[in-house]
Amino acid sequence: MRTVIPDELKIQLRYPARAVGLVGAVAMIISVFLPWSYGHGALDDVGFSGSPSPLQLVFLTLPVLVVVLLGVPLVGKAKLGRWAKTVAWNTTAKTTAIASLGAVVVAMAAIAIELGGLVNIEVGGWVAVAGAVLSAVATIFLPDSPEPTLSRVKTARWVQILAIVLVLAVVLFSAAYALGMSDAGAFLVFAAILTGLVLALRQFGVFGWLGNASANNNRVLVVSAFAVAFAFPFTQNGSNANMSIASQVLIFAATALGLNIVVGLVGLLDLGYIAFLGAGAFTAAILSESAFSTVNFHPPFIVTVLISGTVASILGLIIGAPTLRVSGDYLAIVTLAFGEIFRITMNNLDGTDGPNVTNGSDGIPGIPDLNFFGFDFAQPHVIAGIEIGRFANYYWLMLVVIALIIVVFTNMNHSRIGRGWVAIREDELAAEAMGVNTFTLKLLAFAGGAFLAGVAGSVKAHYDVSVTPDQYVFLESAFLLAAVVLGGMGTVGGVLIGATILKLLPEKLRFFSDYRLLLFGLLMILMMRFRPEGIVADERRQLEFHDEDEELADEIEEELIAHHGHLNPERKGFEL
Amino acid sequence: MTASVDARVAPSREVLLDARNVIMQFGGLRAVNDVSLQVHTGEIVGLIGPNGAGKTTFFNCLTGLYQPTSGSVEFSGQPLPPKPRLAVRAGMARTFQNIRLFHNMTAIENVMVGMYSRTKTNAIDAIFRLPRHRREEAASTERAKELLDFVGLTGSGDTLSRNLPYGDQRRLEIARALATDPKLLLLDEPTAGMNPQETRQAEELIFRIRDSGLAVLVIEHDMRFIFNLCDRVACLVRGAVLVEGPPAVVQNDPRVIEAYIGMPATESTTPNWQQPGDNPGEGVEDA
Repeated sequence: MRTVIPDELKIQLRYPARAVGLVGAVAMIISVFLPWSYGHGALDDVGFSGSPSPLQLVFLTLPVLVVVLLGVPLVGKAKLGRWAKTVAWNTTAKTTAIASLGAVVVAMAAIAIELGGLVNIEVGGWVAVAGAVLSAVATIFLPDSPEPTLSRVKTARWVQILAIVLVLAVVLFSAAYALGMSDAGAFLVFAAILTGLVLALRQFGVFGWLGNASANNNRVLVVSAFAVAFAFPFTQNGSNANMSIASQVLIFAATALGLNIVVGLVGLLDLGYIAFLGAGAFTAAILSESAFSTVNFHPPFIVTVLISGTVASILGLIIGAPTLRVSGDYLAIVTLAFGEIFRITMNNLDGTDGPNVTNGSDGIPGIPDLNFFGFDFAQPHVIAGIEIGRFANYYWLMLVVIALIIVVFTNMNHSRIGRGWVAIREDELAAEAMGVNTFTLKLLAFAGGAFLAGVAGSVKAHYDVSVTPDQYVFLESAFLLAAVVLGGMGTVGGVLIGATILKLLPEKLRFFSDYRLLLFGLLMILMMRFRPEGIVADERRQLEFHDEDEELADEIEEELIAHHGHLNPERKGFEL
Repeated sequence: MTASVDARVAPSREVLLDARNVIMQFGGLRAVNDVSLQVHTGEIVGLIGPNGAGKTTFFNCLTGLYQPTSGSVEFSGQPLPPKPRLAVRAGMARTFQNIRLFHNMTAIENVMVGMYSRTKTNAIDAIFRLPRHRREEAASTERAKELLDFVGLTGSGDTLSRNLPYGDQRRLEIARALATDPKLLLLDEPTAGMNPQETRQAEELIFRIRDSGLAVLVIEHDMRFIFNLCDRVACLVRGAVLVEGPPAVVQNDPRVIEAYIGMPATESTTPNWQQPGDNPGEGVEDA
């Protein structure tokens, strides 16, 4: 972050600034042991003296990090050796201090709102505010550090693997902790702290290093990520509420991954994508054993999944074949209209306006739970002393579905077809002139993405118990597109993160529901201003948004070479 | 086949590209007016002409990008299919006047996109990573590396194409076109914006391409380059072929000189903008 303070002044003030910054950070640390609020009703209780609440302990990481970042360089450049340049000490301290200030402000605002006025903030709170302001202001006066070179540090393989496992463990802990929070204010503070930590670690160079580490140990990363995701229900102690949210996140993410093929890889804007999820859900509902089903054909679920996917992809072909000849804005409008046509058609197939297929706006209720070879999804099971309920069953099923979708996505991306898709996104005319069958490939992307959404829809029908047309409105399409854009077009990890954020936030901020769209709009505007490539940037994609940034281009190139030092297609993708 | 630079077309060589009476009309504008051109196997043919003469439009007619208003284009004895990608399948590859690489893909990925029409992996093969997919992918990677070596981009395979120097981008475009395994390569101003040394390298590269058995049709403004390179040159002016023949004939044709620099001065004093070096034919004499 560049500031307007002249460099000479920064050099002059470097010792006093460091001292004041340290004092501020220490004040924040002390504040954690003082009560932040009168009364115990705010932020899951931060009113105790001498015994910090879990939230305060999490907050503690920020000032401790500031102390370390400001303190370590005091031992001198000579003793630090190469670490003096490997890490951006000052800049990271500044980011961390500003992030602490942000977290403290959110915390105080939450206390004031929840308990009714600033008067409810006790001495600890004010100490925290003062400390945060002091260290934030002081660190701004520190000289800027050069770019960190941590990402280029070579480390032993076991260190990399350990780091990956540790990070995933932290993710599991944070997810379990965040989902377990009942207090919206506490959730917001936790989110602020987490964002601050992520920003600080990014500045530190940790993510560059982790990126290389995970590229080198791709398989370890994937296996342990799935192990963590699989273990998640065990952290929930049978809580159905949280597992229900988690399953919804997975269904949403699976659909977003399908959309990611169309939007992220091929670059076609689709604003009616929810229709394919709906098509899958309606097909599965009609083929289920529900009493309201309108046909007399009830195949086993595995067949239903395939039929749902096929129906969705046929719809994709029907909408795609005539419209994929237009592109850009025109395609967006056509797909938007298609999404609405789907919903209205489902509403009208009620027996009065047309044949009775969907029972109109009543939809198809009473869809029975899945039952695989006697494993009843409705029944809770006790595994290792922990009750695994209905929602956890669906969560695991969706985990398998999403794993398959990721395999399909990645393997397609790293094939001739994936290269053709990206080529179409980059320059359709040049792709056609190089022999790429652009129309067929676009159609394949449309149908393939729709198939994945249809599969997700077939699980969703059973999970939701009932399927009605009004679940598949335009707003849902917009949210899906937002998940892809927010997370990072063309990436798997990014879209998973984007989908999680967009599903989790509304669930946890229910008190805020009137302003949900406002908050969401603000978030999108901020993202587009500061990080248009999304949270996780596709290596290729990042450049499109920072066209003039030569430094970034070089940096990415270096990373690309580091990742795929010898380009070997066998190394990419997954084995089945 | 002799690899000699001076090898001229033997009449026995078969006709690869046969464009007859091609007319391209855009509304009231006739951009290409009754142009006929033949390219034989193993031949380098140049297409010159002032700006706006219709060279690139003619190129687009040849590669299936435009449908000629009338006239016929035959390739290897078959009528040219009406779509660019089918023209590629038939064995015709091109580069663009303003470089059109896939900028955010690496160099090797760019080349591998060129192999699309010569590979067969379908979605099922790719999803399940079946042996056919792996074999083909390994072979494609190998071939792409060979092509990068061939055009002189050894070691640049993992560089994003937008980060390559200008001259290298031009060469990458040629490698990408060669990846389609063509019989005829169409180059649209391959040396535009290049310095003399890069131009020299491009010339050598085109000779090597010809020597590997391909025919080359090249549009160019650099007269020294084109008269040195080509076995035959056609000069296009206002949509029509003005003159066609060996370089020595074309470069001394008064109509060509007139088309490029206007009427010869009739007054005794030469205007001072017309230095001897401006004469397009002049530079070729020492070639």
